[in-house]
Amino acid sequence: MTNTPARNTKVMNRFDLTRRLVAGLKDEAVIGGIGNTNFDLWAAGHRPQNFYMLGSMGLAFPIALGVALAQPKRRVFALEGDGSLLMQLGCLSTIATLAPKNLTMVVMDNGIYQITGSQPTPAAGHTDIVAVAIACGLASSSWAADEDDFERLIEQSKQAAGPTLIGVRIDDKPGTGTTRRDPVQIRERFMHGMGVRQLL
Amino acid sequence: MAAAEHASSKDKAKDKSQDAATTWHGIVLQTLKRNEIKLVPYVPDRVLTTLIKDLHADPYFTTFPTAREEEAVGIVSGAWMAGMRGAVLMQTSGFATLANVLASLAVPYQIPLIMFVSERGTLGEFNYGQALVCRTMRPVLDSLAMEHHTITRLDELEFIADRSIKQAVTTQAPVALILSPLLTGGKTFDK
Repeated sequence: MTNTPARNTKVMNRFDLTRRLVAGLKDEAVIGGIGNTNFDLWAAGHRPQNFYMLGSMGLAFPIALGVALAQPKRRVFALEGDGSLLMQLGCLSTIATLAPKNLTMVVMDNGIYQITGSQPTPAAGHTDIVAVAIACGLASSSWAADEDDFERLIEQSKQAAGPTLIGVRIDDKPGTGTTRRDPVQIRERFMHGMGVRQLL
Repeated sequence: MAAAEHASSKDKAKDKSQDAATTWHGIVLQTLKRNEIKLVPYVPDRVLTTLIKDLHADPYFTTFPTAREEEAVGIVSGAWMAGMRGAVLMQTSGFATLANVLASLAVPYQIPLIMFVSERGTLGEFNYGQALVCRTMRPVLDSLAMEHHTITRLDELEFIADRSIKQAVTTQAPVALILSPLLTGGKTFDK
C-alpha cells in the first residue's frame, strides 16, 4: 500500500475546507463530529442548520443518516475525522444499504488523534478509508485531489443518485475555534434550523 | 378454490388482528404505530425475531439492522431532531455498549430516545457472560437517572409502553423498556 491514491492527493487544511463548504450553503444540514471537525464548523460561522457533537465519538455519520432519512428533500453534510470513523466503520455498510441520495460525508484524514496529542491512528499509513467505503458499497467515494477538486466533489454530490463520501487529507493543525458546549441549546437551535420547532 | 383462498386469507387477517391484541410483539408494534414511531433500527435478538419480521412486513415502518447499538442511537437521535420519531431494539448485551452515547448524546441533549431491550441474563440464563452483563444494565440506567421499566406482564405492556413513549417525548428524556423473559418467554438452552 505504498502507492494508495491518498498519497497522491494534496495535504489540505480542515478549517479552510470547512469554510469552503459552508460558504456555498443555504439551508443544508451539517453535522460536525467530535472535537476538531465541529470546532472548525463552529469557527466557519454558526448557522442554525449546524449540529455539533460533544461526545459520542464516531456518530456523526449515523446522526446525519437519521436527519437524511427524516428529511429526504434536504441535503445533509457530515464532517468526520478518520479516527472517529474508525470507531464506527460499520455505519458505512448501513448507509450503503439505505442509500440516501441526500447525504454527503466528508472524512478529514490526518492519520492522527490530533486532539489527544497527535498519536497516530491504527490505520495511519496502512488503511485507505475511501477504499474501505467503496468496499462497504458506497460507490461514490473518492479522495479530493486538492481544494478545487473538493469543491467540485461537493457540488457533484448534490446531484448524485446515492450517498457520496469524500476523503480529504488534512494537516495536523488543531481546530480553529471552540464550540460553545451547551448541548440543549445546540439541539434546540438545530431543530429550529430543521424547521421542526419554533424557538421560545 | 377461489373461495377457499378467500377464506384462508380471511383467517390470516383474523390471526393478525388477534396477534395485535394478544401477543407482546403485536402490542409493541401497535403501540409504536399509535405513537407515530416510524423509524426502528435494531441489532437483532432471538426473542425479537417475530417483532422484527412484522416490522419489516409493515410498510408504515422504516426498519433495518445496524452494526452496533450506538449507531442505531445516533440514527434515531438525528431523525428525531429532524422531525421523525424512532425507537431502537436490542438485547441486554447491546445495551451494555451504550453508556458513552447515553451520557454524551441522549441525556445531555435531552433526546427522547426510546429503547426496547430484550432481557437476557436472568430467569434461566445459560450463558454466564450474559448473566454478568445483565447486572450492569440497571446500575447504568440508575447512574444516569434514566427512566426505565421492566415489563413482565402482557396486561401491563400496552399501558407501560404507551405511557412511557408519551412521557419520553413530552419530557424530552430517554427511556428503556426492558422486556422480561416473564413477558416474552426469553431464550432458553433448548431453543
